[in-house]
Amino acid sequence: MADAAPPLPGRFAEFWSAYRQSRGAMIGLALAVALVLLAVFADVVSPHPPNEQYRDFTLTPPAWQDGGTTRFLLGTDPVGRDMLSRLIHGTRLSLAIGVISVAISLSLGLVLGLIAGYFRGTTETVIMRVMDVMLALPSLLLAIAVVAILGPGLANAMYAIAIVLLPHYVRLTRAAVIAEAGRDYVTSSRIAGAGTLRLMFDTILPNCVAPLIVQATLGFSTAILDAAALGFLGLGAQPPTPEWGSMLASALEFIQRAPWVVTFPGLMILVTVLAFNLMGDGLRDALDPRLKR
Amino acid sequence: MLAFLLRRVALIVPTFLGVTLIAFALIRLIPGDPVENLSGERGMDPERRLRLLHEFGLDRPLPAQYAEYLNQIVHGDLGTSLTTHEPVLREFLTLFPATVELAFFAMVFAIVLGLPAGIIAAIKRNTVADYAVMGVSLTGYSMPIFWWALLLILFFSVHLGWTPVSGRIAVQYDVQAATGFMLIDTLRAGDFGAFRSALSHLILPSIALGTIPLAVIARMTRSSMLEVLREDYVRTARAKGLSRWRTVVVHALRNALIPVVTVIGLQVGLLLSGAILTETIFSWPGVGNWLIHGVQSRDYPVVQGGILLVATIVIVVNLLVDATYGVVNPRIRHG
Repeated sequence: MADAAPPLPGRFAEFWSAYRQSRGAMIGLALAVALVLLAVFADVVSPHPPNEQYRDFTLTPPAWQDGGTTRFLLGTDPVGRDMLSRLIHGTRLSLAIGVISVAISLSLGLVLGLIAGYFRGTTETVIMRVMDVMLALPSLLLAIAVVAILGPGLANAMYAIAIVLLPHYVRLTRAAVIAEAGRDYVTSSRIAGAGTLRLMFDTILPNCVAPLIVQATLGFSTAILDAAALGFLGLGAQPPTPEWGSMLASALEFIQRAPWVVTFPGLMILVTVLAFNLMGDGLRDALDPRLKR
Repeated sequence: MLAFLLRRVALIVPTFLGVTLIAFALIRLIPGDPVENLSGERGMDPERRLRLLHEFGLDRPLPAQYAEYLNQIVHGDLGTSLTTHEPVLREFLTLFPATVELAFFAMVFAIVLGLPAGIIAAIKRNTVADYAVMGVSLTGYSMPIFWWALLLILFFSVHLGWTPVSGRIAVQYDVQAATGFMLIDTLRAGDFGAFRSALSHLILPSIALGTIPLAVIARMTRSSMLEVLREDYVRTARAKGLSRWRTVVVHALRNALIPVVTVIGLQVGLLLSGAILTETIFSWPGVGNWLIHGVQSRDYPVVQGGILLVATIVIVVNLLVDATYGVVNPRIRHG
């Protein structure tokens, strides 16, 4: 590879020039980068600690409304905590939920999909039937079932979401592996003496990555949305954790008097999910022109 | 055709058995056994515990328990709710029409807006109209619907006072439940005031629940339409002098609709997921609301039975969609 002298654009440069074509994808990327920065520097950027209760300032409206103060730019919640700081810390939580559940799901899905696609036969049938069953349940219902077993909580919600996402990765990997396994380069490396594991992970897997990256990005937004829904139903993150869904749920009774306690967390969920959906669409068009809609 | 249908029906048997296995495992995987959960905080003496375990059949080997569970399911016995002491199946059947009514109107909303929006976006590709439709549908697709529902309530119910905040019908109406579908029941009773009340209660939940399917349908219609508009027969139709309108509606749309119909069918699972959230917010007395209450009050027979029933519905609907698709498109049938 290294001695290929002609100045062909590198793989990344090629991908980047395709990705840049879409304005939506670029907006998504910019939003995602901003959110990641916000999450990483949450402690520095937040004007107040997320769980500090300013008892004299309960339900203070946002700064631009009557009675608002610049001390609490987006107002405070029913117990006087700064909305802005809680939203910023919520970014950290939501991105962590996305990363962790997608990572669990993707790595498990990769292995199961590789096994199913490589060995075929009974192993494949068993794995794929189990995935079919999981797909038969509506996603939120499956997540609720898992939470019913494990008990409510942030960590359990992440496991539940990882399980919900799993069938998609297994199916994608299996399909890609089956498509690749018959190619000449796989046969030749088997003849050259490559072992099963090497064939699976080193030869075949790198050529199946594109659809998985796309699915992982879209799965990220599903994870954030479902985690917020579970939090909202009281089955995910528990108060006082500044998770957007549970923030929304705990302020529900104040919706008429103080709409901002409900509006802003939802807006954050929408913007975050939108950012990763835009990125996922852009990645799909750039990485796999065949899938272009 | 028959062979195709039989093959499809045969395929759902293992899926259904898998779902029963999940439902069966659910009760046995929860921390502590069901008997302990029954006893609450005070605990229970070991002798009574053993007797109860025996009574529930929980002291028998797992395969035997599973066989017994399947036998009960086949006989329509899904257990008894721990909170209401009603049979789970009966509770489900009383509440299910409310969910169907809501899901039906959500779907009508999604199709009536989504199809034309997708068609317009495809015809006016790369114009402001296209960008607007795609932007709105991407936003709809990313929408946390519990929040969207709250915004709708805040604006239309609280601010404008146009629609009721929650429930299925105003309290002053006492409607005899004959079919369980409020609109039909009120009409049968000839009570138009009640009918109007029921209809106004349906509007916001339907919009909230229909938003994601609307986005999916609009996107699918657009991409499917774009593909068909490139076909030779569409150009031929234009070339022989048919109007643009006629070409689109008569020639292109019929073929473009096939994948759209499939997508609409596949929304059922999504609708039931969404119904859980929508019903919770609007206090809609349906299956989703009931399930969440079951989870929150640790009413395991309700959770177990509810999951089994909802999954069964999704499986059957997907089968019907596949069958319809097979009828519409012979290539699938022989695939």
